[in-house]
Amino acid sequence: MLRLEKLVKTYKTGDQALKAVDLDVPEGQVLALIGPSGAGKSTLIRCINRLVEPTSGNVYLGDVELTGLSSGALRRERRRMGMIFQEYALVERLTVMENVLSGRLGYVGFWRSFLRRFPQSDVDEAFRLLDRVGLAHMADKRADELSGGQRQRVGICRALIQDPALLLVDEPTASLDPKTSRQIMRLICELCKERGLAAIINIHDVALAQMFVQRVIGLRFGAIEFDGLPEGLTPDVLTNIYGEEDWEATIEKVDDDSEAAE
Amino acid sequence: MPVKDLKGQQVWQRRTSRESLGHWVMWLIGVAIFAYCWQQISEATTWFFVWDAPRIANDIWTRATPPRWEYITQLGKPIWDTLNIATLGTFFALILAVPVAFLAARNTTPSKFFIRPIALLIIVSTRSINSLIWALLLIAIIGPGVFAGVIAIAIRSIGFCAKLLYEAIEEIDETQVEAITATGASRWQVMAYGIVPQILPAFAGIAVFRWDINIRESTVLGLVGAGGIGLQLSSSLNVLAWPQVSLILLVILAAVVISEWVSAKVRGAII
Repeated sequence: MLRLEKLVKTYKTGDQALKAVDLDVPEGQVLALIGPSGAGKSTLIRCINRLVEPTSGNVYLGDVELTGLSSGALRRERRRMGMIFQEYALVERLTVMENVLSGRLGYVGFWRSFLRRFPQSDVDEAFRLLDRVGLAHMADKRADELSGGQRQRVGICRALIQDPALLLVDEPTASLDPKTSRQIMRLICELCKERGLAAIINIHDVALAQMFVQRVIGLRFGAIEFDGLPEGLTPDVLTNIYGEEDWEATIEKVDDDSEAAE
Repeated sequence: MPVKDLKGQQVWQRRTSRESLGHWVMWLIGVAIFAYCWQQISEATTWFFVWDAPRIANDIWTRATPPRWEYITQLGKPIWDTLNIATLGTFFALILAVPVAFLAARNTTPSKFFIRPIALLIIVSTRSINSLIWALLLIAIIGPGVFAGVIAIAIRSIGFCAKLLYEAIEEIDETQVEAITATGASRWQVMAYGIVPQILPAFAGIAVFRWDINIRESTVLGLVGAGGIGLQLSSSLNVLAWPQVSLILLVILAAVVISEWVSAKVRGAII
C-alpha cells in the first residue's frame, strides 16, 4: 500500500537524516517507528507527505508515485494521508468543530471553507467522529480550552475526516501523561482496525509500542536497524538501536502491562 | 581575568584593572563632550529670552484663561472631521498593510530576494516620513481638505501596521501551518486556516493602537491645511485668540483621552 524506495534526505547543513530507506507497508498494518532522537523518524514521516522534500528516492502510495507530483496533484494525494502531531497542532483559536472540519480542506473550495460552509455530509461525519472519541459535547469549545488528551482526540478526528488510507502519526503521546498515552494509542489502533487503515507511528516509548502494534521498525542514524514483530525487541536489538543500556526492566515491564491490560 | 590569586586566596572582582581603567576613560570622555556641547548651546542661546520665559508663559496663561466656552459650538464639525480623518486613514492603511505584511514576512513571502525587499522598502519609506510632511505634499497634489488628511494618515500608517503585522506573522506556530498543509489544503486555505487565526489578535491590537496614534496625529494636520481641528487651532493662533486656543487644546485632550479609553476597552475584549 505504501512503499518507500531508497528514500534519502540530506539537509542543507549536510546532515544525512535518511540513508536509502526501503520500507513496504501493507494495507491495514499498524507499525511503530522507534529510535533515538535525531534518528530521522520525524523526517521519514514528513518525507512521505512531503512536508519535507526528500532528496532522492521514491514513495509509492498505492500506484501513485509521490515525490514527482506537481503541487496540485500532491494536494490531492495528501488527502489520503492523515497526520497526527506530537503537540496536537490544532489551530488554537478555532473551535473544535472548525479544527475537525479543517481535515476536509482538501475536498472543499476556498470560499466554501473560508465562509465555513462545509457540506452537510462533512458536518455529519465530524459529529460522528467527535462522538466516537467522546468529544461530541465539546464541538463548540475553542481548541485552547481543551486538555492534552482531548486535543489529541480532536487531532485524530481531523486526520480521520480526510478519509485517509494511511495515518502518519508523529509522537502522539510524547506530551501526554502515561494513562492518557495508553488511551490515545489504544484509540488510534482501534480506529485503524475499524477502518482498515495502515499507520506509521513514531514513538519514543518502546513499551507502549510493543503493547499496541503489529510491527516495529527500529531506526538508527537514518537507516533501518530492525524490522520485525514487537516480541523480537530483545535487549540486544534495543542496544543496537539505542546504544548500551540495561533493557531488561523495559521489556519485562511490557509483559506485566500487557497481562494487566488483558 | 577577574579572578586573581592573592596569597593563596581567590579574589574575585567585577572587572580587571585594565577594564576599569577603560571605563574611567569612557566616562571622562563622555563628561568632556557634555561640557563642550553645553558651552556651544549656551553661546547660541539668547539668554535674555530664556530668563524672560516664565513671565511670558504667565502672561499667555492669564490671557488664555478662562477658555472661551461659547466657541465650542464651532468646534463640533472640526473635531468630527479629525476623528474621521483618523478612522478612515487607519482603515485604508490596514487594507494596504495586510498584503504588504504577507509579502514582507519571511515565512509567507513568495520571493525572499525580489518581493520581500520591495515590501520592506514600502514599509521603511512610508514610516520614515512624518504625516505632516505627507500632508504638505498631498495638499500640493490634491488640494487642501479632509481627503488630503485621510490619505496622509493612511500612507504614514501603512509602514507601521505592516511592520508590526509581519513580525506577528513571523512569530506564528509553524506546526499549525504544517498540520493544515498536511490535510491537502491549498495555499490560500493554509493562509485562512493556519495563519490568519493566529495573527488575528495581533491584527486587532495593531489596528486599535494605530487608530489611537492617528487621532493625535490628525489633530495637527489642520496646521498645514489638511482639515480637522488643527485648522481652527492655526487660525486662532494667528489672531492671538488665546482663550480659543486653550479651549481647542482641551477638546483635543478630551478626544485623545476618549480614544485611549476606547482602545483599552477594545484591546481588553480581544485578548
